[in-house]
Amino acid sequence: MKQRLIRFIISAVFFAVALILSGHFFWPALALFIIAYIIAGYDVVWNALRNIIRGKLFDENFLMSVATIGAFFIEEYAEAVAVMLFFQLGELFQTYAVNKSRKSIAALMDIRPDYANIMVEGEIKKVDPYDVAIGDFIIVQPGEKIPLDGIVKEGNAQLDTSALTGESLPREAVTGDMVLSGSINLNGILKVEVTSEFGESTVNKILDLVENAGNKKSNSENFITKFALVYTPIVVGCAVLLAVVPPFVFRLETFSFWLERALSFLVVSCPCALVISVPLSFFGGIGGASKAGILIKGSNYLEALAQADTIVWDKTGTLTRGEFAVEEIKAVDMSKDTLLEFTAHAESFSSHPISLSLKESYSKEIELERVKDYEEISGFGVSASVDGHKVLAGNEKLMKERGIAYKKSDAIGTIVYVAINEKFAGSIVIADQIKKDSAAAIKSLKKHVSKQVMLTGDVDSVGQKVGKELGLDEVYTQLLPTDKVARVEELLSKVSSKKKLVFVGDGMNDAPVLARADIGIAMGALGSDVAIEAADIVIMNDEPSKLLKAIEISKKTHGIAMQNIVFALVVKIGILILIAFGLANMWAAVFADVGVCVLAILNAMRALKS
Amino acid sequence: MKRNYRIDGLDCAHCAAKMEKNVSKVKGVKEVSINFLTTKMMLDLEDENLDEIIAGIEAAVKDVDPRVVLKRA
Repeated sequence: MKQRLIRFIISAVFFAVALILSGHFFWPALALFIIAYIIAGYDVVWNALRNIIRGKLFDENFLMSVATIGAFFIEEYAEAVAVMLFFQLGELFQTYAVNKSRKSIAALMDIRPDYANIMVEGEIKKVDPYDVAIGDFIIVQPGEKIPLDGIVKEGNAQLDTSALTGESLPREAVTGDMVLSGSINLNGILKVEVTSEFGESTVNKILDLVENAGNKKSNSENFITKFALVYTPIVVGCAVLLAVVPPFVFRLETFSFWLERALSFLVVSCPCALVISVPLSFFGGIGGASKAGILIKGSNYLEALAQADTIVWDKTGTLTRGEFAVEEIKAVDMSKDTLLEFTAHAESFSSHPISLSLKESYSKEIELERVKDYEEISGFGVSASVDGHKVLAGNEKLMKERGIAYKKSDAIGTIVYVAINEKFAGSIVIADQIKKDSAAAIKSLKKHVSKQVMLTGDVDSVGQKVGKELGLDEVYTQLLPTDKVARVEELLSKVSSKKKLVFVGDGMNDAPVLARADIGIAMGALGSDVAIEAADIVIMNDEPSKLLKAIEISKKTHGIAMQNIVFALVVKIGILILIAFGLANMWAAVFADVGVCVLAILNAMRALKS
Repeated sequence: MKRNYRIDGLDCAHCAAKMEKNVSKVKGVKEVSINFLTTKMMLDLEDENLDEIIAGIEAAVKDVDPRVVLKRA
């Protein structure tokens, strides 16, 4: 690259001197023009000759050689050298831009770990991550990438998971936690037991996904590739006609008069700007999205997302956290804390999600020695003695069966009724919590789509309440997985053919729906293989607001691709017309070729920044 | 079977498009996709006569630009 730059500068100096001399001394100037031309363009002419021998016409080397050598013959020496110089400058810019975007893409993919510190008989050995087996122990030092997925056996540390999730806050990992390859250990030393081979590890899957995303090409890319294949022959054909028809058929002006215009046509006939900048825009968009923790499996999906018109949300795990938590406590003749303390202890031996959420919100240590005579009454609840007081905790049926005069709660969610020493002590409402950013995400998404629907297998009262709180347009409740597919099909039939339906789920049990929707998005999929397989777009963390981000990136990328297509075509066709009528010369033709190409690349690179 | 290659020295976008077209015509190639930016070529090939197919692919790629080098990725 440096070499090419030096070549360009030397040639430019010769060209400048030649230009100054040309008014006064013809032969020395011509000699300098030829030297400048050879320095700037020898490789282009050489490649052109080689391609002609191999029967290949119409490549850009050939077109440039014909145009510039032709210009020499019609005594437009300055133009000939200038076209070659600008062509080389354009190529330089192009290489620079392509290298730069390749580098930023590589930087996105710089999460691949190079080595693993494996523990063998008490000693640490540095090995290739591919050579580590399931069950091996690895050591991760501060500042190192975690090379393989595993479970922390010793130590604790803050982990930077931003490469995986786009999340900038560090995450704490302690003994017993699952850690994912690709996260960076910020401060502690971790001993990790490996749970998957490198080929199956999270980091490898993500890299595969991003690198292969270019395989599924968008409509605009396909259009432009096809267009480029016919564009060059057509323009070259027009050039030949322009050189031959007016002077020989209509006897207008001389052959060399038209030849000059025809040669300018050849300069414009390279399709570079189009073929490079459209795929580059999409790749940039995909790269920018993956930086934000959104993995898009193909440019076709990124393009389709810009046309999203209906969003279908799954409720549990997508809009809500999918974890139960205490929402309300109504205590009778005692403090709320005391009621929770008794209930949490009574439920302490159960692993039911309801019991877990009670223990969770109690937040203090459970003292198991205070609990005696624990009994689980299947379908009703539990009974236990806490500090010698008999505690009953369960549903309405339990209260009725034990003949306790309870006060019915009309809250929405799961209600745990509690009786202490056969006397009603209060009720605790447990509900799935709506995620913090759900409401804001749905509100902002209304700018982009016309309808948002929620599907849930949950009971009607809960579903309707969540739907209302979030401001969704339609809510369908008590659906079995097969009902969800039917609903999505029904909604699909209402979406116009140019618009798209997006389904967002957490990837659990909704693979058929993900596949059926125009665009299936799995959320909170970090570490879930099934979801990554089934979805078209994968949101690595569990924030619904990432969908908004994805749509914004998609619209921006789509916009950039369209700008490039329109800009390149308008400039090229416009200049071709001007040239045909003699209103533009070869200088303008060079701009239409390399200038447009460089501008289009610069524009495409905006897609990377998101 | 699926195979990936890196095309070192691939530096023009429409060459990539031409290579893709050329390779798709090679006998034994079921599917091919070339990503100009990652310089990766992803292939789906017939299982038999693999060496012959690969040689054909290499020739098809070099026909467009003889300077590039194919590497297994």
